[in-house]
Amino acid sequence: MTDASHTALSTGAAIHDGDAVRVAVNDGTTSIAAGREASAGPETPSGRRRLVDRRWFRIAGGAIIPLLLLGTWQWVSTSGLVPLSQLPSPEMVWLAAVDLAERGLLGLYVAISTQRVFIGFAFGGAIGLALGAIVGLSRLADVLLAPTLGAIRAVPSLAWIPLLILWFGIAEDSKVILIAIGAFFPVYTIVSASLRHVDRQLIEAGRAFGLHGVALFATVQLPAVVPSVLSALRLALAQSWLFLVAAELIASSMGLGFLLNDSGQNGRIDRIFLAIILLAVLGKLTDSVVALVERWAVRRWA
Amino acid sequence: MSATSATARETSGSAAAVPVSFRGVGRAFDTAGGTRQVLRDIDLEVQSGEIVAILGPSGCGKSTLLRIAGGLDRATEGGVSVDGTPVTSYDPRSAVGFQEPRLLPWRTVAGNVALGLPRGTSKAVGREKVARLIELVGLAEFAGHRPREISGGMAQRTSLARALARNPGVLLLDEPFGALDALTRLKMQDLLLDIHAAAPTTVLLVTHDVDEALQLADRVILLGSDGETPGADIRQVVVVPGARPRDRGSAELAELRGRLLDGLGIDRHGVARGIESTTTIPHYPF
Ligand SMILES: Nc1ncnc2c1ncn2[C@@H]1O[C@H](COP(=O)(O)OP(=O)(O)OP(=O)(O)O)[C@@H](O)[C@H]1O
Ligand SMILES: [Mg+2]
Repeated sequence: MTDASHTALSTGAAIHDGDAVRVAVNDGTTSIAAGREASAGPETPSGRRRLVDRRWFRIAGGAIIPLLLLGTWQWVSTSGLVPLSQLPSPEMVWLAAVDLAERGLLGLYVAISTQRVFIGFAFGGAIGLALGAIVGLSRLADVLLAPTLGAIRAVPSLAWIPLLILWFGIAEDSKVILIAIGAFFPVYTIVSASLRHVDRQLIEAGRAFGLHGVALFATVQLPAVVPSVLSALRLALAQSWLFLVAAELIASSMGLGFLLNDSGQNGRIDRIFLAIILLAVLGKLTDSVVALVERWAVRRWA
Repeated sequence: MSATSATARETSGSAAAVPVSFRGVGRAFDTAGGTRQVLRDIDLEVQSGEIVAILGPSGCGKSTLLRIAGGLDRATEGGVSVDGTPVTSYDPRSAVGFQEPRLLPWRTVAGNVALGLPRGTSKAVGREKVARLIELVGLAEFAGHRPREISGGMAQRTSLARALARNPGVLLLDEPFGALDALTRLKMQDLLLDIHAAAPTTVLLVTHDVDEALQLADRVILLGSDGETPGADIRQVVVVPGARPRDRGSAELAELRGRLLDGLGIDRHGVARGIESTTTIPHYPF
């Protein structure tokens, strides 16, 4: 931005081209205009922003349906249409939360589940990025690895659980590995595919100016796939929560999946509702964080 | 104009112009329906510092020929050498201005021009040179803009500046002024000639515009097919007389213009005529 206004100011005498006319007409105002345009950014239209683009409207609009649902839920559960053993009231769920929190379990479950998701997501995402890059960039690696990885991806997630438990026990390792498997595949698939589909013309332009190997990757291919890498990571995060519940439902003594399973066996429907709501909120929150990064990346790189 | 010439001189570095020679160049592509000959038997000696314009109907292989010269594509027959050494892959002595701007969308105009700088250019020198080139192509106000925020013609000028940043011995330009309005086009042609006068570099220029070819080039090459043999070869070589800038209205140019238009199959009198069959190749320079 400072570059733009600086060069605009120093345009001075050597103007030579088709823009000479325009520059002459605008004269003193060009540098200011260039500076303002640059700082306003491309997304802002010159007129008023539309209502649906406003931040407060998007937040308020997104809250309408959850609030309606909450109201309906409250009404249905108190009206006696559905027995409380089938549908607990919002208050009961709230009390269940308070009860678990007082025993120190609520925070613990949320923390341990979140931790598993993050560790599994970090490992799976990192390995997915690496293998996706290798397979996407090298035809040889594509030939060697892609069929095998495709076959592994075809295995339904739950099929891994008995094997992982036998190999790694029911401690943290088996769960984190399962989540890593879940996070790995979206990242691997999207990254390798999008690297393969980077605009050939841009790559050729990079080559024409002497770029190859790592320099070509860093200058052309990597920036070109940043937006899809971010959406891959978003997908991987959602997948991580999915696999977390799969892992915890089957073998664990802590966490939200355990809470679900345990409450199911004890008929604590209020706690089942609580666990489901917590999963929704946590999943949405973490997704929103990555979505923010994604939006920034799209603005920066696309 | 004189101010620009001075800037042009400073901007172009010391890279010496080099000769380019095409020897029996042919290119066939493998397609679903078998191989398809696009170019054949291209023999052409381009002298150091010469400007050669390449004309020809759309799809006849002009871009392909340029890409072969730049080492971005391989000839299936014959070969190209630059300054005596055969071109095999990317060649640091040549710079390409593609038919499409091909700018990196995530970089600013300045960042894109900087991509053309020769390896090992120091930061300060590079920044200075990029700023000057951007000014030369008239985009000083837009140095900080992204490609999607500028017009097609501006993108094309950015791409030209990127090629110039290289100080190439051979400048390969594929319809560099195609997307420009008439006035900007004339200014950019002048700019190219200024830069060429300040530091002669060998220029191969693909164009669709016969007048542009006659204004800029020392020689004009007309590519085309004879209608029987598959693939395009050199149909005509026209040596353009007179020093630049040339009088657009001169009778001599008008005559050449007619010959080239005929060769392109565009008939000035409204009667379709075949491609001129004489392809006598005059020596350059006379
Ligand atoms: N990679 C490729 N594979 C197959 N055919 C190709 C390939 N590249 C070019 N061709 C063919 O070669 C021919 C010449 O293409 P080229 O781009 O060189 O034409 P051109 O003379 O530059 O045309 P224009 O004036 O429209 O730009 C075209 O018919 C095209 O279909
Ligand atoms: Mg072309």
